[in-house]
Amino acid sequence: MIWLDTLVQGILLGGLYALFAAGLSLVFGIMRLVNLAHGDLIVFAAYLVLMGVTMLGLSPWIAALVAMPLMFGLGWLLQTVVLNRVLGKDILPPLLVTFGLSVALQNGLLEAFSADSRRIPAGSLEGASLNLGLVTVGVMPLLTFASAIAVIVALNGLFYHTALGRAFRATSDDAVTAGLMGIEPKRIFAMATGIAMVVVTIAALYLGMRSNFDPSIGPARLIYAFEAVIIGGLGSLWGTLAGGVIIGVAQTFGASVNPEWQILAGHIAFLIVMLLKPRGLFPRAVD
Amino acid sequence: MLLRTRNLTANYGQFRALFGVDIAVAAGECVAIIGANGAGKSTLMRSITGVIRNGADMVLHRGEPIGALSSAEVMQRGIAMVPEGRRLFPSLTVEENLLIGGQVRKAPGPWNLEAIYDLFPILRERRKNPGTALSGGQQQMVAIGRALMSNPELLLCDEISLGLAPVVIRDIYAALPKIRAGGAAIVVVEQDIGKALAVADRVYCMMEGRVTLVANAADVTRQQIHAAYFGEAA
Amino acid sequence: MYRLTTRTRAGTATAIAALVLVVAGLALPAIASRGVIQDLFFILTMLTLAQIWNLLAGYGGLVSVGQQAFVGLGAYAMFAGVILLGWNPVWAIPLGGLAALVLAVPTAFFAFRLQGAYFAIGTWVIAEVTRLLVAQWKTLGGGTGTSLPREATSNIVGTDMIRTLFSVREAAARDILAYWLALVLVVAVTGGIYWLLRSRLGLALAAVRDNVEAARSVGVDAGRIKWAVFLIAAAATGLTGALIFMQTARISPDAAFAVTDWTAYVIFIVVIGGIGTIEGPILGVIVFFVLRSALADYGSWYLMTLGLIAITVMLFAPKGLWGLISARSGLHLFPVRRKLVGLKIEGGNG
Ligand SMILES: Nc1ncnc2c1ncn2[C@@H]1O[C@H](COP(=O)(O)OP(=O)(O)OP(=O)(O)O)[C@@H](O)[C@H]1O
Ligand SMILES: [Mg+2]
Repeated sequence: MIWLDTLVQGILLGGLYALFAAGLSLVFGIMRLVNLAHGDLIVFAAYLVLMGVTMLGLSPWIAALVAMPLMFGLGWLLQTVVLNRVLGKDILPPLLVTFGLSVALQNGLLEAFSADSRRIPAGSLEGASLNLGLVTVGVMPLLTFASAIAVIVALNGLFYHTALGRAFRATSDDAVTAGLMGIEPKRIFAMATGIAMVVVTIAALYLGMRSNFDPSIGPARLIYAFEAVIIGGLGSLWGTLAGGVIIGVAQTFGASVNPEWQILAGHIAFLIVMLLKPRGLFPRAVD
Repeated sequence: MLLRTRNLTANYGQFRALFGVDIAVAAGECVAIIGANGAGKSTLMRSITGVIRNGADMVLHRGEPIGALSSAEVMQRGIAMVPEGRRLFPSLTVEENLLIGGQVRKAPGPWNLEAIYDLFPILRERRKNPGTALSGGQQQMVAIGRALMSNPELLLCDEISLGLAPVVIRDIYAALPKIRAGGAAIVVVEQDIGKALAVADRVYCMMEGRVTLVANAADVTRQQIHAAYFGEAA
Repeated sequence: MYRLTTRTRAGTATAIAALVLVVAGLALPAIASRGVIQDLFFILTMLTLAQIWNLLAGYGGLVSVGQQAFVGLGAYAMFAGVILLGWNPVWAIPLGGLAALVLAVPTAFFAFRLQGAYFAIGTWVIAEVTRLLVAQWKTLGGGTGTSLPREATSNIVGTDMIRTLFSVREAAARDILAYWLALVLVVAVTGGIYWLLRSRLGLALAAVRDNVEAARSVGVDAGRIKWAVFLIAAAATGLTGALIFMQTARISPDAAFAVTDWTAYVIFIVVIGGIGTIEGPILGVIVFFVLRSALADYGSWYLMTLGLIAITVMLFAPKGLWGLISARSGLHLFPVRRKLVGLKIEGGNG
């Protein structure tokens, strides 16, 4: 039954990757923006939560709650001041700007927090596990997966059942016509990035509680996140979860054969999906 | 004057599409703009609605300069547009397409979901469909309804009969008097001169980026229109 | 008598200046210290990578974030040639270009199926996969890497001659050799790109970048041009990678496949200098080096500054420093635009 255990661990790991990816998926889906600094923003948020824990003595959950509005503001500002200016038909400018941001953030964090790896203390949750009969699962991975589903349900609710979500979809379809409806696309984009940063904070909380992190690990998380988004198909949040799970499962199976193959197996799964379905598993009809 | 353009020019890159256009629309009035393909009618609509930005003084709304405003800001002042080619949002259902029209600006007035469904009853049946799953005529109805949802003072309609069957055009044009009765001024951009003259109080004819004729719809002659439309004496 | 020409007075001046610079550059080791030669080696190799990336992204519209795949594989192939086949390091450098070319074929096959942002991420993933696979190559040191063996580094082709010529030690001679090769490479790459842009392929490239559909309608095969550019760029990047790691004589997967060193910096150089021009990367690499020297003592502040400068340039001068200069002065050192010249009918000689 070892393979069943591996499968379950993989699926749960996929929840973490889906959390990394959900914010990216939202932004990518609405404004086709490739944010190469997404991974570093997750790491940044992890440090923010860590500071709340170590300096203010908050519990990680409360610290994350406090960090959320800050991250929202940061995302809103980033979009308004920087990204809105470079959005356009050419994907190069936003790509270059976010690449610059990625390098600046990484090195800023390095300067502020050193290269030592850190961890958000999660107290009794850290080693806790649950016996489900056939398999035993860690409470933390389970919580991560549940949070991923909660985040996706919430984002989908926002997307499909609120006026703001309607404006998101309309702007994504056709920003010029959205303008004729009185919607200011740039403001919508700023909201979207703000919300994405709230999701990033949740991802950062689990990233930091589950494993060690340091300023340099952002780009790797970005790649997992992107793979999940692309496998799932542009704009489909459940697809993003599926993408995360595929990478997670591939990684755990790869690792069970040879620990050095863990990351490789995830990337290869991505390459295979891309070869078979270049637009992802659940592409949106309109693009 | 509700809306006025003053010496309005517009460019697409190096290409100049409007050369000093002056038009005026009074509150509650219906104005038709006619002209051949490429005359600049849609460019005029885009310039008024801020899709193309201009010098602030080139477009005046109740005497205030709005030429440099964004399209969202122009719309929030009560100028709604039914764009050429309808441009429904494919990710939105019919009902959502209507709702989004009145989401940001919702002035008091006769128009709301129920009123739109009464105006175009077929839409009530198709409300849950994606906007793009409708026929061209039904899509045009959604586009008009969507623009009405904010209860605009001025409704700009760019070629609402384009590519539609005559019976459908008749249904859509039948809605215009009801819209006027609701208090909105209307600008219809139209290729079909007969249709335009039938609904409008006044008519502007454009050619190659300039206004070549301004007349009352009731007493304009065929010869005058022919000359303004084709740029030659008939 | 009319003809189309890209020749301008500034262009001719550039050609002469370039020739003088190259000759001076070749003779420089006679007077320059080893530190200067090493700095110049760094500048020249970064400039080569920047010119190549500029060809890909600025002219070809292929925004690759995975060029480190070709740097790394080229370097590893060179090491393999030396360690496994016993080749002289200099002769193993072309092996680096060849290996990168071979990798470029499946990479292009895969990445060209992806559009825009997907393409960028796709190339990055392939670079990661290559890095992870190479890290499994135990004979070349696996994840920790390896060094060129002493026997190989001590008798690199040409170093004996350099030692007697300049009476320097062996290590310094190796640096001079690497520097000369870098000089040759940067001239070949820049000249090659310049030639390419002025050829029919250059016109086709511009057509493809501006509008794929329109280019196709006038008979330009966008797909084939993209393949050609991608493969050429990969091979040249592989050569550069091999050369860089011949000079350091030590390799590890993390260093050879570093996205920061071989892609991020390279992109910054191109962006700061001016994308889509040959002058831009040259200016960019100078700014890059000056910044690096000025902020060398401040560790990560330097990289942070570099990132922020790249953002600022993108926001306020999207055509880079060279864009600002040429807009002011109308100067084009590497004219690629064609213009019509001919004799005036009335006997003038303009
Ligand atoms: N996006 C654009 N870019 C460049 N030129 C444009 C663009 N849109 C319109 N034009 C040009 O501007 C001129 C006016 O076009 P416009 O669309 O305003 O004409 P129109 O009167 O609405 O024509 P139609 O009846 O065909 O809709 C035309 O010559 C057209 O080619
Ligand atoms: Mg038109």
